[in-house]
Amino acid sequence: MKTVSTRWVVAGVAVVALVLAGVISFYASADPDGLTKVSQDKGFAHTETDHGAKDSPFAGYATKDVDNERLSGGLAGVIGVVVVLVLGTGLVYVVRRRKPAEPAANDERDREPVS
Amino acid sequence: MHVPDGFLDAPTSVTTGVVAVAAVGVSLVKARNELDDKTAPMAGLVAAFIFAVQMINFPVASGTSGHLMGGALAAVLVGPWTGILCLSVVLLVQCLLFADGGITALGTNITLMGLATVVVGWLVFKGLQLVMPKRLSLTALQAGIGAFVSVPVAALLFVALYAMGGTADIPLDTLTTAMVGVHVLIGVGEGVITFLAVGAILAVRPDLVYGARPILERRQLEIRTSSTTGASA
Repeated sequence: MKTVSTRWVVAGVAVVALVLAGVISFYASADPDGLTKVSQDKGFAHTETDHGAKDSPFAGYATKDVDNERLSGGLAGVIGVVVVLVLGTGLVYVVRRRKPAEPAANDERDREPVS
Repeated sequence: MHVPDGFLDAPTSVTTGVVAVAAVGVSLVKARNELDDKTAPMAGLVAAFIFAVQMINFPVASGTSGHLMGGALAAVLVGPWTGILCLSVVLLVQCLLFADGGITALGTNITLMGLATVVVGWLVFKGLQLVMPKRLSLTALQAGIGAFVSVPVAALLFVALYAMGGTADIPLDTLTTAMVGVHVLIGVGEGVITFLAVGAILAVRPDLVYGARPILERRQLEIRTSSTTGASA
């Protein structure tokens, strides 16, 4: 069985994610998604209220004050990928740290004063 | 399927908020058992990948698009509890940074896309794994079918929530038909993307696919038996 190191798999997936969000997203369909379309067709789209974060610098996957559409969307996408990656990885780190004391760490502390 | 502010009334939004908080809370505890040296480096990455793919809306019918939800994908790659955490991070960032999915609807969106698609996708996947031949090559297909089923089920759950507390008076039968109809089509896309993504990781490192572990362990047991008999002979 061929073995690719975890590092390479991680790097590969990260590159794919960055390219999708930063470049390919420009070519995504601009049509309303399933729920939005149904809300328009069935007549409840008007019940949508203003979004509390509508003034976010990246609202609607566009970067504020960047006029080039390709750049504006691509930048928002790349920043989104990085933010999700950092938050997700950080969360995993916290969840794992809270694991009931790992035996290795205990051993070190216990053995300290001997000899 | 990001639900915006205003579609559902306050009591319903509070209810889904409580469900979402409970789901994330339980997942924070349960994910500890899933996160080892193999899944841990993958988890944040899977969340980032799902965020990226969610930006790629694909056309499904005249004037309608859809995008991956990713619940089944996350569950199969890093485990269902970790998957719920991954999707919750994605939905939180989309809501606060990109104004995608209402702030008062965050609980609703986590319930629909973070919880329902993970649970349905994982259960269908595990069910198929149980009844189908124990072959590694079937893992991606089983994940794809789980993903396909999860999308119309999430759409049905939205209809149920709308019946509970929709802010407009829409006949439920037409809403159900429309929602399920379009989301079956989106589900096909979900299934294909999940099949391809799981298949790609399986091809290079099957041990990094959480859902493939039972199959891999079986296979390793078989190999070990034959190699020990070979060594002792």
